[in-house]
Amino acid sequence: MSAPSNHFAPLARLLHWLMALMILAMLFIGAGMAASVSERHEWLLHLHKPLGIAILLLVVVRLVVRFSTDQPPLPKDLPGWQVLAAKLSHVLLYALMLVLPLLGWAMISAAGDPVMLSSSLQLPAILPANPTTFAFLRKAHGYLAYLLFLTVLVHLAAALFHGWIRRDGVLESMVRGKD
Amino acid sequence: MVDHTPPPLSGSSKVLRLAGIAAVLAALVGAFAYVNGRLDPARLTPGRIVNTFEKNNGLHPGFRRNHAKGVCVAGYFESSDAARAYSTAQVFREGSVPVEGRFALPSGNPYAPDSSVPIRSLGLRFTQANGQQWRTGMNSMPVFPVGTPEAFFQQLKAASPDPSTGKPNPAAMAAFFASHPETMPFLQWVKTAKPSASYATESYNGLNAFYLVDAAGQRQAVRWGLVPLSQDAAGATAPDGADFLAKDLAQRLAAGPLKWQLRLTLANPGDPTDDASRQWTGEHKVLNAGTLVLESTQPQDDGDCRDINYDPLILPSGIEASADPLLAARSAAYASSYLRRTSEVGSLPAAHSSQESRP
Repeated sequence: MSAPSNHFAPLARLLHWLMALMILAMLFIGAGMAASVSERHEWLLHLHKPLGIAILLLVVVRLVVRFSTDQPPLPKDLPGWQVLAAKLSHVLLYALMLVLPLLGWAMISAAGDPVMLSSSLQLPAILPANPTTFAFLRKAHGYLAYLLFLTVLVHLAAALFHGWIRRDGVLESMVRGKD
Repeated sequence: MVDHTPPPLSGSSKVLRLAGIAAVLAALVGAFAYVNGRLDPARLTPGRIVNTFEKNNGLHPGFRRNHAKGVCVAGYFESSDAARAYSTAQVFREGSVPVEGRFALPSGNPYAPDSSVPIRSLGLRFTQANGQQWRTGMNSMPVFPVGTPEAFFQQLKAASPDPSTGKPNPAAMAAFFASHPETMPFLQWVKTAKPSASYATESYNGLNAFYLVDAAGQRQAVRWGLVPLSQDAAGATAPDGADFLAKDLAQRLAAGPLKWQLRLTLANPGDPTDDASRQWTGEHKVLNAGTLVLESTQPQDDGDCRDINYDPLILPSGIEASADPLLAARSAAYASSYLRRTSEVGSLPAAHSSQESRP
């Protein structure tokens, strides 16, 4: 019998840092392309779609890994509200990682546009074309992306708070494999 | 988890570390705001272009912010096979593909009289059997006034109403043209151009260059256009009234389909492929890629074209965008206009009676 590990499984850590990079890149790509009329708009749009689908696939893998590996426990002396905030913010992060790519896919479908990941790779539409649905989904995609950015900032602030102020091993549990 | 409790932080060390966290967050928020154009009110964004259209034409909920007045048309494109050697796009293989199109006037005012401008436009969506689409927006002039989004925005601003008179200041437009010599070919054309009496007798030009890509990956720059196969007697002039184009179109279609030849002009070495304000002059090889056949028309308020964004960068495999900067700008601005108007579909005059029957 071994004591529960103080660290996330190696695959969980790999997925975390890979997706952290991808999601941060994705947020900046989205913010940049929505504000650009130059060739950058096209260039970023062509990155945004396949990267979004890659995140959708990875988050499914990640959820499987999440529920099939042990999670290091939170420090026993962590105040109750911080435990709750940690749990809720992680649920929110997973939900947004899953929902944002689906919203992107659905809104392109609702616009009646072909869902192209490259010049020839096409995904099927997941909704029939409808302007009102498109407008709703497009706005939701934008607002929820802002919410994801905000949640990522809170997550990062909390991680640094654990690492630099509390120094309780929570940040290390995702950074390193050993004590 | 570490078993030992770390030594407590001194007051100043804690403040410093908290400041470190704040600095990391501030850097991210700042970078995000920069990328999103929030720190630079002068940056040309899709929203600012569309705002200027709204300022110039008034706000007309549910309508396109530019080319607001138009009608839907439908039919098919019959390929001649002539472009097949140059492009792998399915649309150029033998056979036909369905087309949803839209004739329009180039203004953001949905109530502009048909004779107010000498230009007509045609947007087309070709739907290939493999699900890929080719969308294009064409105009009846032979050349675009400007070559860059920045110059286009300057032109748009020159047409803005003067706050003191509520009307565009002709001096502002004159000053714009004087400082933009690239507008000369367009101005030359517009001098003699007259508003046509029919959409059916016009030629429509893609103006921007694209690449045809063959099976070997070879790219050939082209500009495309439609030439009408129905010609009126010379001198047919626009009748009185504000809305004769849609009526004329319905009358002609009741008598039979209308046809255009799709011509692909192959670029010669040295032809500009990134500047729609410059014409391609001299001898060119022109492919007759096939025939566009339009069979029916519908009002735009509840017709099939209403919800189509004729984004010129929705292209099938086998056709690629050129480096023309207007293409990305059109795509970006159309997307902004599309989101605004699809949010307002319920405000369209015909929407209340027919929206329920839409898919």
